[in-house]
Amino acid sequence: MTALFSFRHVSLTFEGQDKATSESASVLRDFSLDIPDGGVTALVGPSGSGKSSLLRLLNRLEVPDSGSIWFRGQDISTFEVTELRRRVGMVFQRPALFPGSVADNLRVARPDLTESRIGELLSQVGLMAELGDREANRLSGGEAQRMCIVRSLLVEPEVLLLDEPTTSLDAESVFVIETLLGDLARDGLAQIWVSHDERQVERVCDHVFAFCEIDS
Amino acid sequence: MSEEGISVVGLAASATIVCVAVAISAWQQLGLGRTLIWAASRAAFQLLSVGFVLSFLLDPKTPLVVAFAWIVVMLAFAGWTARSRAPEVPNMAFLATLSLSSAAVIALGLLFGLGVFSLNPRTLIPLGGMVVGNSISATVLLARRIIDSFEEQRSQIEARLALGHTRNQASNPCLRSALRTALIPQVETTKAVGIIFLPGAMVGLILGGTDPQIAVAVQVTVMYMVLGSVSISTTVLGLGLRRLLFTNDLRLRRTSVVP
Repeated sequence: MTALFSFRHVSLTFEGQDKATSESASVLRDFSLDIPDGGVTALVGPSGSGKSSLLRLLNRLEVPDSGSIWFRGQDISTFEVTELRRRVGMVFQRPALFPGSVADNLRVARPDLTESRIGELLSQVGLMAELGDREANRLSGGEAQRMCIVRSLLVEPEVLLLDEPTTSLDAESVFVIETLLGDLARDGLAQIWVSHDERQVERVCDHVFAFCEIDS
Repeated sequence: MSEEGISVVGLAASATIVCVAVAISAWQQLGLGRTLIWAASRAAFQLLSVGFVLSFLLDPKTPLVVAFAWIVVMLAFAGWTARSRAPEVPNMAFLATLSLSSAAVIALGLLFGLGVFSLNPRTLIPLGGMVVGNSISATVLLARRIIDSFEEQRSQIEARLALGHTRNQASNPCLRSALRTALIPQVETTKAVGIIFLPGAMVGLILGGTDPQIAVAVQVTVMYMVLGSVSISTTVLGLGLRRLLFTNDLRLRRTSVVP
């Protein structure tokens, strides 16, 4: 079976990112991994071990210094980058809110959304339909993250990358988000989660990969 | 003021206004006296030097090509000045020279091409100087604003990129806001002209004995030229700098590693 993503001898360095010395920081070095297709895969490990960078590599917000990355058997560098990003959606750790209302935020992903469709989408993630008119920056952390998940799903990705999507959220919001994403996984949406929460990984994930820090 | 202009004694007398400001500073212990004297002396030296050079450049016998060469030198110097004012902006000298040159070519091309002014060193040099002088502050302000806001709003820009947006789609809100910030001072100045203040060129013409109606016509033309050239130079710089801040495969660079 073809892997969802394959890393082949990938190295990634950030120039001037080492906090102590301002020198280049090595994030991944000669890294190889096959992530299985389907279900939810968790990436766990200490901060700075390269998990978030790995997600950014998959969405091509970063490119490796060397090595290659493959998405369902095709080198991701051969994709049109906007097409790849629509197929591989990403939810960031901190909700990125755009100026304007919740409806405005959702229309950034799909400009033709009607009011009623926005109401339906918000209801599906446990938010009140009336929230569409509210300024996005007045949402609570949990509400904002749910809105961001909806926004990512509006481009109909085949895979969803989630960088600690429930960090610093209350228990109720965590439950709603886990339930929503669990349902989507059962409907066939492959997901890769970065998480620090071992119990969440047990609850949600089908496959787990543990990362360790490397000396830069 | 005599028909021939202000005498040396008149010039010296005008400096008493600065002396009053220095005296107030000393009285109130504001510590501004040295700065005021230095600024006034420097301005006098620079303007007298420029006046000497302009006497040669604006001589009817001076070939037009010399005036064009002067404009080119002015543009290059403006690029260098912009770089020294905003060293954190990558390729600032090139971008500023390019954007100011674009504004100069379009604004002066229209003014001379449409016959608003006749093309000679006496019109080309002052108008070119006004285009460059008025645009440089706006371009520096814009460049700094873009660098700051693209970094501040990196998460928003990357969130848009992650949705499959193009470079323009992802960064337009940021660029628009930065452009608005850079253009507001010039727009406000243009809106307030005649009501809150009388611009220097018009005052100069009137003091020089020109009919106020003619002075007003010249001033309106100059203000349109300045407003247009500031808009053009900031737009060119904004688009050029945005191009530099993204890689070809639509990743937002970190400012510290822009080539």
